[in-house]
Parts: sequence; structure tokens; C-alpha cells
Amino acid sequence: MSQQAIEVILTRQLAAHLSMPTFLVDADGRVLHYNEAAKRALGDRLEQERDVTARELAALFETRDQKGNPVPAEALPIVVALEERHPAHARLRVVGSQGREVDVAVTAIPLVGQGRRFLGAIAFFWEVPA
Amino acid sequence: MKATLWGTRGSIPTPGPETARYGGNTSCVHVLGDDGTQLVLDAGTGIRRLGDTFEKPTGRVDLLLSHLHMDHIQGLGFFAPLYDTDAEVHIWGPASTTQNLAERLTRYLAPPLFPVLLRDLPCDLQLHEVPCGSFQIGGFECSADMVCHPGPTVGYRIEEDGRVLCYLSDHEPALGMESFELEDLEPEWVSGQRLARGADLLIHDTQYTPEEYRERTGWGHSSVDHCLTFARLAKVKHLVAFHHDPARNDDALYRVINAAAQKDGLPFRLTVGAEGDVFKL
Repeated sequence: MSQQAIEVILTRQLAAHLSMPTFLVDADGRVLHYNEAAKRALGDRLEQERDVTARELAALFETRDQKGNPVPAEALPIVVALEERHPAHARLRVVGSQGREVDVAVTAIPLVGQGRRFLGAIAFFWEVPA
Repeated sequence: MKATLWGTRGSIPTPGPETARYGGNTSCVHVLGDDGTQLVLDAGTGIRRLGDTFEKPTGRVDLLLSHLHMDHIQGLGFFAPLYDTDAEVHIWGPASTTQNLAERLTRYLAPPLFPVLLRDLPCDLQLHEVPCGSFQIGGFECSADMVCHPGPTVGYRIEEDGRVLCYLSDHEPALGMESFELEDLEPEWVSGQRLARGADLLIHDTQYTPEEYRERTGWGHSSVDHCLTFARLAKVKHLVAFHHDPARNDDALYRVINAAAQKDGLPFRLTVGAEGDVFKL
């Protein structure tokens, strides 16, 4: 039987208790969890998709920079944390719930467990004034 | 395989007439394989009496530590095979993020806590860090996973000829869960489930009553109710209640565990673990 690593289980449980919107992805980039706050901010598009990857989040939320230019998947903080394995931060404009454009600050960090096992990444974001 | 309980108490030894039935020694289980392979699960104070039963020449003994909290290593320095020049002792246990297993054990097996240094033990001592995937010890196929308990802690799954023993002595799978009701649980997201899946014998933490758990959430242990739910989810065949609370005397221990078990019929056999209990798988 496959089971998530304990570090991933505990991270998901932490995310489920936070009021900051949070995404958790595994080492393959699969979105494992997004919390209630993330659903509230971004709507239910993730629930309508199956097996979304971190790279697909850019298209799903129509991610742009503050000048309105499209942000490629590889520039998303969660993709940087996942693929380059270092923390990343960005100010982005996304299409949130009910089609509303919102400016957000996103911080993502890689998850490294016991024995230096690479387990995925976690991203937090905050809505910020435009 | 044959499993014998040598220490069932949690946290601190509790010798005395009020704990004589289930025992006051801390965690230690001996597992004997059909081919004579000898495993010892944890080095609580129960390991001292176990060590005295080994006949010389001792040969190889594998000691699998779940973690390095004091109640799980307190007996280590009194384990007779460590002082036998003919013994080959393999200690398996988790490293931390900053120290390897040898450095962590040396914090106890060194003055001022103990007069003998780890490096001065006369046996052939070999250390192995877990988790490290599956590993073979004699006729046993073993595996270890990190589980939910403060500090690096593993549980073990030990298989021999299709029979499975799972050891989760200190385990709090309900931590942070919004619900720990069976119908709300997905095995993929419950600590320890891979290890316990379909086990013939599950030795599991049952330290608290539900009321105590509410006061001690995050301390790393299970309530009896949570353990019963965990065992149902894993579809085990026989559960041994283990790591008894040091404040619980024999009568109270029997009452607490059987009261929880009688709320619903159990789909598995339940034993309140007592020193000297022997289980043949």
C-alpha cells in the first residue's frame, strides 16, 4: 500500500489548520492538497480538475506579473521550489474565485524530510493591494 | 515467528505490586524467527532480563530501536550481549537531522550518564540508520517508516513466510486530524498504515484514555479509541495494547482498555500486553 511520508502527512495537517491559502505538492509536482483558504481565494477550479501539477497552476489561474505579462510555469514560486529546490517568492496577479483578478504575494519552500529526502514543496500566498 | 513481551510500560519504569500483572518495565519485545534469527525491539528496561536469557555463544542479535527517548534506550547499557566478545550486535535506529545514530546513542552511553562508552563495548557492534527501505535480517524481511511522534521515530514491519508483525510502540496517528472516525480516514494519509496493513500481530501504543488524550494532544501517543480505529483501518488480525501509562495500575488498565473495546464488537483479537506474554505467528 502506498502511503505519504510522515513529513507530508504532518504538513498537510498543518495546512488544513491555517487560514493562509496553502498548496502542497509532492516530489513529482502533483498537487496533493490545497486548504480551505486556498479554495476561498481561488475558487473551485482545482476541484474540477484531477491530478493537477504545479506547472499547470499557471494556466489554471491565468498567472500574470504586475504589468500584466503572462508568467510562465517555470517562474511560479512553487515550481522553482520544486525544480530548483530553493525558496522562491513573487508578486503575481491571478484570476481568483468568480473570475476576480487578485494580486497575491506567494512564497514557496522545498520540503526536505529526514535523511534529506526531497518530498515536494509547499506554497503560501497572501492577497495584497494592487 | 515467536514474539515475547519483556517490557510493556510507557515513559518510565513502574515497578510495584500495583503493576505486577502487566509489568513495570519499559518497551522491549523479543522476536525469534523460525530459523533462529533473533530480533529485539527497543531497549527499554525490559531488555535487562531478556539479555540474561541469551545462551553463549550469543552469535548475532539485531536490536531495532523505534526512537531514542529515554524509556526506549534506558536498558541498553545493561544488555548482556553488548559485553560478550563473541556476540555480533547490530543496532538499527533513526538518525536526527543533525546527528548520526552513533552520536545520538553516545549522548547516553557516555559519562556522566553511563560509565561505559559506546566505543568501548567488547562485542562486535554495528550500527545501521533507518528508515532505509526494506532490509533483510536472517529470515526476516523488515521495513521501517517514520511515524508520528516527537523527534525522529520509526515503526517496524517484520515479515516471515507471509506472517506479519508490526511494532508501533509510540505513535499518535490522530494528531492534527479533523476526525479520526473510521469512515473519514484514507489509509494513504494515516501515519503507520503501510506498516500495519493486514498485520497478523500489531503491537501499538494505547497510552491514554480519550479524556487524557484531549489534555495531552501532541505528546506523541494514542488514546485507546484511536488505536482501535487505527487497527480497524489497517485490518489487523490481533492487536496488543502496549506502552501503558505509568499512572495506570493493573485494575485500571484492564478497565480502560476493555471498556473501549466493548463499545463496538471488534473485528480482531485484543490483548492487553503483559510482560511474559508470548505470541506465535
